[in-house]
Amino acid sequence: MPEKTQSFLATLRDKGWGSVLLLFAVVGLLAAFHPGVLDRQNMANVLAQSAIVGVCAVGMTFVLLSGGIDLSVGSVLALAGAVGAWTCKELGLPVPLAWAVAVLTGTLCGLASGSLVAFGRVPPFMATLAMLAAARGGTLLLTQGYPVSGLPPAFYTPGWASVGPFPVSGLVFFGLALAAWVLLQRTPFGTHLRAFGDNPETARLAGLSAPRLTLSVYAISGSLAGLAGVLMVGRLWSAQPNVGMGLELDVIAAVVLGGASLFGGVGGVGGTVAGVLIMGFLDNGLRLLAISSYVQQSVKGLVFIGAVLLDLAFKGYYRKGRGRDA
Amino acid sequence: MTLLLEMKNVHKRYPGVHALKGISYSLRAGELHALVGENGAGKSTLVKVLGGVVAPDEGEILIRGESARWSGPGDAIRAGVGIIHQELSLAPHLTVAENIYLGREPKRGPFIDGRKLADDATRLVEGFGVGIDVKRRAGTLSPGEQQLVEIAKAISQNVSILAMDEPTSSLSARETEQLFRVIAGLRASGTGIIYISHHLEEVFLLADRISVLRDGEMAGSADAKELTPERVVSLMVGRQIEALYPRTFRDPGAVLLDVRGLSRRGVLEGVSFTLRSDEILGVAGLVGSGRTELARCLVGLDPFDEGEISVEGTPFTPRSPGDALDRGIVLVPEDRKRQGLFLNRTIRDNTIAMRLLQGLRKGPFVDRPASESLAGSFVQRLGVRCRSVFDSVFSLSGGNQQKVAIAKGLAVSPKILILDEPTRGVDVGAKAEIHQIMNDLAAQGMGILMISSDLPEVLGMSDAVLVFRDGRCVARFPRGEGAQGTLGERVMTAATGGIANA
Repeated sequence: MPEKTQSFLATLRDKGWGSVLLLFAVVGLLAAFHPGVLDRQNMANVLAQSAIVGVCAVGMTFVLLSGGIDLSVGSVLALAGAVGAWTCKELGLPVPLAWAVAVLTGTLCGLASGSLVAFGRVPPFMATLAMLAAARGGTLLLTQGYPVSGLPPAFYTPGWASVGPFPVSGLVFFGLALAAWVLLQRTPFGTHLRAFGDNPETARLAGLSAPRLTLSVYAISGSLAGLAGVLMVGRLWSAQPNVGMGLELDVIAAVVLGGASLFGGVGGVGGTVAGVLIMGFLDNGLRLLAISSYVQQSVKGLVFIGAVLLDLAFKGYYRKGRGRDA
Repeated sequence: MTLLLEMKNVHKRYPGVHALKGISYSLRAGELHALVGENGAGKSTLVKVLGGVVAPDEGEILIRGESARWSGPGDAIRAGVGIIHQELSLAPHLTVAENIYLGREPKRGPFIDGRKLADDATRLVEGFGVGIDVKRRAGTLSPGEQQLVEIAKAISQNVSILAMDEPTSSLSARETEQLFRVIAGLRASGTGIIYISHHLEEVFLLADRISVLRDGEMAGSADAKELTPERVVSLMVGRQIEALYPRTFRDPGAVLLDVRGLSRRGVLEGVSFTLRSDEILGVAGLVGSGRTELARCLVGLDPFDEGEISVEGTPFTPRSPGDALDRGIVLVPEDRKRQGLFLNRTIRDNTIAMRLLQGLRKGPFVDRPASESLAGSFVQRLGVRCRSVFDSVFSLSGGNQQKVAIAKGLAVSPKILILDEPTRGVDVGAKAEIHQIMNDLAAQGMGILMISSDLPEVLGMSDAVLVFRDGRCVARFPRGEGAQGTLGERVMTAATGGIANA
């Protein structure tokens, strides 16, 4: 039963401001220990390093909104980067075309897992876990386990260049986030997607096509992972076959920190951007504080489980004596 | 008047149930044709067929004389059929306006025209004379307001046929009045309305024609002027063959369960009764009247705020189903597929599921030979039709599944058995067998609390009938108080809030 007066925290979360506050809190805390966090150069670094997770997280926002999950983003990123680099080097494709091939590789991977979910009724967890393995295998097969390097320098530009103080990759991330916000908030597709994740039966009764929506979200997630693959190749100046392992955890954690629900229907791009930056600053700050990278991993795990517990608490999961099917 | 809708000889079969047995139904322009019947009579299935949610197995649907073949709800909407489902089905995190125009958003270029969306929705909602901010999230509205939004959503589709399933169930008196005004307006503009309700006073106030469904068949259909509430009730209840209710009544024994003033805020209010050994106590009432909630409190699934429960004279506060089990109370829940059974496991695994809490072990291991013979003995005793105890429950028919669900409860030898809808979705043969089992159990000294929406079952099997309404136990009718027909009418009257004050 809905309550008329929401708690202050619930209202904050509802409006998506909770994650923004959390971002300020995290940055403030880190800056208190190490003022260098706030350096302009350091901020640009955080943005550049967050961009890859960020681009994937924008795609993941769509998937979580639909009530699904995409575990394959790290592998798809690696495969797309490798395919793009390989076509550029071995087939001599012009750089922009090679970028397009990379993104398209991601799209195809997304469509494949999306088809499994939409038509094969495979749970998203299974379908994308299979894709996680398959795409990684494909990458190793294509590269024979060796990095692909020695590409035309133009290929790397988006991954490392800056416009003034702003890293290009960061601008790509913000641009995509803006586009995604418009798509979600201002178009029928966005409304249908939120409705579908919120209450699939209602969406079906309203005549919306569940397979179409499902396919779209995985295609979007795959495409953006492909694009992130291009950024990654640029950042490392080579396509590394083992890149992006475990990336899905960072991405999903960022989106959930941004207020998206793992049960679908709730979430937004604004929150996701904040969530990505929280993860980025945590990473960066812990490194500046010279905390061992092993501890960093554990801290990320704790942050993630904290975000999930908060999500469940807000859902009223722990309220005693819930009614049936509440 | 033009005929908007004609359904001819519509059949729908689910595994183990023949839900619609050749229903014919028609609707004219501007007419309100009420559909009444008990829970499980087939009303909701009929509405689902009409809305394109399920496809009929046989028969024909004509919309304005043309045959309609729908592959989904979208087709029905496009054909001008609007359905207001009984269960509230809004997307709680979308705004009211987004919910109303879901799938039909006004557009400007590729974008949603947000202003037009809000304006249209506001105008529509204002037509009800209630102030609902259309930019609020649907989940924050009261149930009554949500119901009005559902209605607005259906009306906004410019439907010519509108089916309403219990539209007033969560409305206040004022909101109900608004709804009736809206209905009058719709009828004046030629919309035909299918009105499903348990509230006979509403039905007689609004309807031109009334059709009564019983067990998936059309029990009767006539102009409202030619019917009386009493006649409609007797059509709903019907006359059933004696063999379906094999009950040998005896004097009940000692008090097993004594419930005093049981209350749970918003759900139950001051419920008191006693259950004796050798007794079957029927619990009648509409869905949502507090019957299932009572069962949940008794076995510790939900806490209660006030009241006392004592079992065989000693006070008892159940904290969990395990607690209740220790005191000999077992619930066989209403939804056997989701709550009562492990569908993918074997008959043996289901039968011993609860019993394993009490024993059936050999050291740290399951005593396999004993568990197989236990399951085997229940299969024989309850007449479960299967190849072996290793059949998965999934493969059984509804009636046999229900027997396994009961076997799971009986395996722990309870003193008090609570059965929630023991024969829902079960064919007539299996129904009689389950009734026979209940009779035998009572004869062996068990006390049975039987929650059922099947009125003939309640009347045929119970030593006494408790009637629930709005969380209260409003009446207790002992068996044999008046003839069966009149007792049925009194139960129905008590459950629906009385026809007399219409």
